Amino acid sequence: MNRLFKDKEHLVRVAGLFLAGIVVFVVARAILVPKGFGQYGHYRGGALADVRSKPVVYAGRAACVECHTDEGDRWKGGKHKGIGCEACHGALAKHAADPSALKPEKPDAKTLCLSCHAVNVAKPAKFPQIDPKAHMDGGLCTTCHDQHAPDKEPKK
Amino acid sequence: MSQDRREFLATAGKVLVLTAPAAAYWDALAAGKTEPAEPAYRMADHFWGMVVDIDKCIGCGGCVRACKTENNVPPEPFYFRTWVERYHVDPLSEHPEVDSLNGGFNGFPEKFAPGDKAKSFFVPKLCNQCAHSPCTQVCPVGATFESPDGAVLVDKTYCLGCRYCVQACPYGCRFIDPRTETVDKCNLCYHRITKGLTTACCENCPTGARQLVDLKDPKDPVHEFLRTHKVHVLKPQMATGAKVFYNALDGSVR
Repeated sequence: MNRLFKDKEHLVRVAGLFLAGIVVFVVARAILVPKGFGQYGHYRGGALADVRSKPVVYAGRAACVECHTDEGDRWKGGKHKGIGCEACHGALAKHAADPSALKPEKPDAKTLCLSCHAVNVAKPAKFPQIDPKAHMDGGLCTTCHDQHAPDKEPKK
Repeated sequence: MSQDRREFLATAGKVLVLTAPAAAYWDALAAGKTEPAEPAYRMADHFWGMVVDIDKCIGCGGCVRACKTENNVPPEPFYFRTWVERYHVDPLSEHPEVDSLNGGFNGFPEKFAPGDKAKSFFVPKLCNQCAHSPCTQVCPVGATFESPDGAVLVDKTYCLGCRYCVQACPYGCRFIDPRTETVDKCNLCYHRITKGLTTACCENCPTGARQLVDLKDPKDPVHEFLRTHKVHVLKPQMATGAKVFYNALDGSVR
């Protein structure tokens, strides 16, 4: 029995090394692995909140018609009812939060209407398209068509 | 201290029975600390995807412009979270002619003459929000992942910019943001959809060609749509579990 353990200081040294290694591993892991890692999967749980915290730039059509009820009612009854307000008027979350903070600019009807309605063979055949050279006399689309409800009677 | 067998068994039983609830309580406590705010939104109630109707897309590029504005995508014409491609397919030719001038940011000027015996159509592209995404599997640090509600997100604070995921994505949906040297991609406007809004591209699509859908919401019209239309995902042979469903997709689209 004594012969078996006569060199036991070797064992103690190796055990000490192992223990130190384990301690270093545990400490390093605690420092390096971010908080919340593994909460939902192999990633930092807090990242979800980080991505969510980004500010919204487009307010959404529901916010627009809360105040602009007249335009909203006309828009809802016309052929353009599926188009969000900001598709033409630009990103206006700042304006929705505080109307005085950002004044929306009037869209340029000359280029804006054509960005959808200029003729193109790749567009679905059912989509209303015009050849700007043949259809227009160089004037604005909005002199004849109501931009918010284009299928209603032409403007005078 | 003396303890007979009966007492020992009773104590051991109590300890055994109480361990599970104690562990669950401890987990709940630990989870509660990092649970994101906005208690109204429950991740378990949603599973997001998108439906794209090719028959409705007019190639106006409204989605591309809206996405760049909403998500602060670098303005250079080769960084996109979403973009539009124009296909021009001659049925007798082996290869379709595809162009995507500036990602469709300014729309598509007419290039083909009507009646040239080819079919032509637009295909909006974006991250397919794969349920078994190859891009998340290659990330060495867990900086990109599928969220429990079905969006593929990027943890910008832990991304190394190693570009493995850029190569792994079969759809070419990722890029390195030159300002931060970290990866960026469509995250389905996660900051919007968790607040009850739709994505910026869907909000600004004039024809309704793109629709954000919640596959876990039984009232979502997507279920009716998927039942009544012949839909397809891109590269189904890759088995990525893509959740962007295309209606009327031509076989030439890759």
